[in-house]
Amino acid sequence: MGTDMAAQRTARTNDEADHPSSPVLQFGPDKPLKLEAGTLLSPFQIAYQTYGSLNDARSNAILVCHALTGDQHVANTNPVTGKPGWWEVLIGPGKIIDANRFFVICANVIGGCLGSTGPASTNPATGKPYGLDLPIITIRDMVRAQAMLVDHFGIEKLFCVLGGSMGGMQVLEWAASYPERVFCALPIATGARHSSQNIAFHEVGRQAVMADPDWHGGKYLEFGKRPEKGLAVARMAAHITYLSEAALHRKFGRNLQDREALTFGFDADFQIESYLRHQGMTFVDRFDANSYLYLTRAMDYFDLAADHGGRLADAFAGTRTRFCLVSFTSDWLFPTEESRSIVHALNAAGASVSFVEIETDRGHDAFLLDEPELFAAINGFIASAARARGLSL
Amino acid sequence: MSVNRAQRVDLEVVTDLIPAKSRVLDVGSGDGVLLELLQETKQVDGRGLELSQRGVNECVARGLSVIQGDADTDLKFYADKGFDFVVLSQTLQATRNPKVVLDELLRIGNRAIVSFPNFGHWRVRFSLLIKGRMPVTKDLPYSWYDTPNIHFCTIRDFVNLCEELGATVEKATALDANGQKIGLSMPWWFWNFFGQQAVFLLKR
Repeated sequence: MGTDMAAQRTARTNDEADHPSSPVLQFGPDKPLKLEAGTLLSPFQIAYQTYGSLNDARSNAILVCHALTGDQHVANTNPVTGKPGWWEVLIGPGKIIDANRFFVICANVIGGCLGSTGPASTNPATGKPYGLDLPIITIRDMVRAQAMLVDHFGIEKLFCVLGGSMGGMQVLEWAASYPERVFCALPIATGARHSSQNIAFHEVGRQAVMADPDWHGGKYLEFGKRPEKGLAVARMAAHITYLSEAALHRKFGRNLQDREALTFGFDADFQIESYLRHQGMTFVDRFDANSYLYLTRAMDYFDLAADHGGRLADAFAGTRTRFCLVSFTSDWLFPTEESRSIVHALNAAGASVSFVEIETDRGHDAFLLDEPELFAAINGFIASAARARGLSL
Repeated sequence: MSVNRAQRVDLEVVTDLIPAKSRVLDVGSGDGVLLELLQETKQVDGRGLELSQRGVNECVARGLSVIQGDADTDLKFYADKGFDFVVLSQTLQATRNPKVVLDELLRIGNRAIVSFPNFGHWRVRFSLLIKGRMPVTKDLPYSWYDTPNIHFCTIRDFVNLCEELGATVEKATALDANGQKIGLSMPWWFWNFFGQQAVFLLKR
């Protein structure tokens, strides 16, 4: 790919931070976001997309929560990459989450870089990008901001909140913080807390970013630079955790990249090396490095049980929300046991819960892919919840 | 599924025992046939626990609230008296520790409903007595070496276990080989000899 195109995309990412190409909702000084870190974020903005239309009873709204490097463009062509929306296999007119039937909302998280207030946004106090001056953002902060967006639409109760990975954490937080506002919840490939191993991988990524001289203590945008090498390494390491050994072996084995024999050097001899380098390179074109630091931190800090006196069941005490959890057999980032412990907590809380483990070798990323069993489970769960909610077909 | 229903007369008996709108936990829900029947006919608030992932996925795809889990190890995660009824249908004999499982059912449900194949049925006795072979019948189709049923009991054995656990039998039904209910006036030995399946409603 041409360097010019990449530079163009980079410029567009920077621009999207303040002036997203999606709708954006601004909250003035009268509506600050109270952060868990103890400070107020104000003013701030949320960039979002919607699909379909809200019914008269305002009862058909589905909130989609995106993962670490996702964005609000869940079911439309991404303005930065030009690729299809990240969950278009599942969401859209005539799809399983049918935009002809439901009002689908997806917002860029606070701390993100595609239009919701994040480290790449301009700090109104200085006129420069926030950089590390932005307070630490938590999953609960993201959810609180989303609730303000949902208020804006006049929606009292969401029909469904769904998402995978970091999106799943937001789903759990929604169900715990606003049980009366969530009719059904669908957390996929996620956990109620980030494990030590997951924190470890995130720390490797953050250190890679911060070790890049172009990071400039987080002020790289002021220098007209970006820590591309560091962020690419972070993405390469993280990407491995999204796959599985079996899938890597199936796809790449020890195959060589465009060559007949080993070169006895440090070029990308192997296909897997070339693939990872490509993943790293394309990622830095579309994502802000500081945003990556903030969002990985938000996941690390997430511990829903700790927020409720150490007992996860207490996070869901008395809940009437219907839950469906999904895990994948080859996901080693959020293994099935993580979902199972949430299921046990929900059982102890007497909640209505379904739990499906799907057999696949595609690892954590399976939730973004065309997995027929995943779709069958989501379809069955949504359909029966819609009947219970009185939403006609 | 209609085939299943025809074969499983005990499901109809179980359904008759459950009042409308009850909260029901179905332990060993299989492909969800009982839960679906209960939801259709009794509008229950139903949940399921099923060992096989295939069964669970099928249930969830059909809109039933079912989780993957093992009756032997996962019942402890349920709250005391969290359900009006806990149903264990044709599963007791496949558990590793039927006594503990039954104890858990009585803890979780205000009432427990247990159905099981009666190992005291005359065909079973006949097979052992005359043929000297482990019985393989329509209801018990497995050979001894590949059967999931590791803890068979007779109706009398079960009644003894209930006494041991301090459970009261509120209602008991035995079904003969044709799925017909055996008359209430008949004595226990008659049930134990001619009942091919039994359904118990228990309370503690």
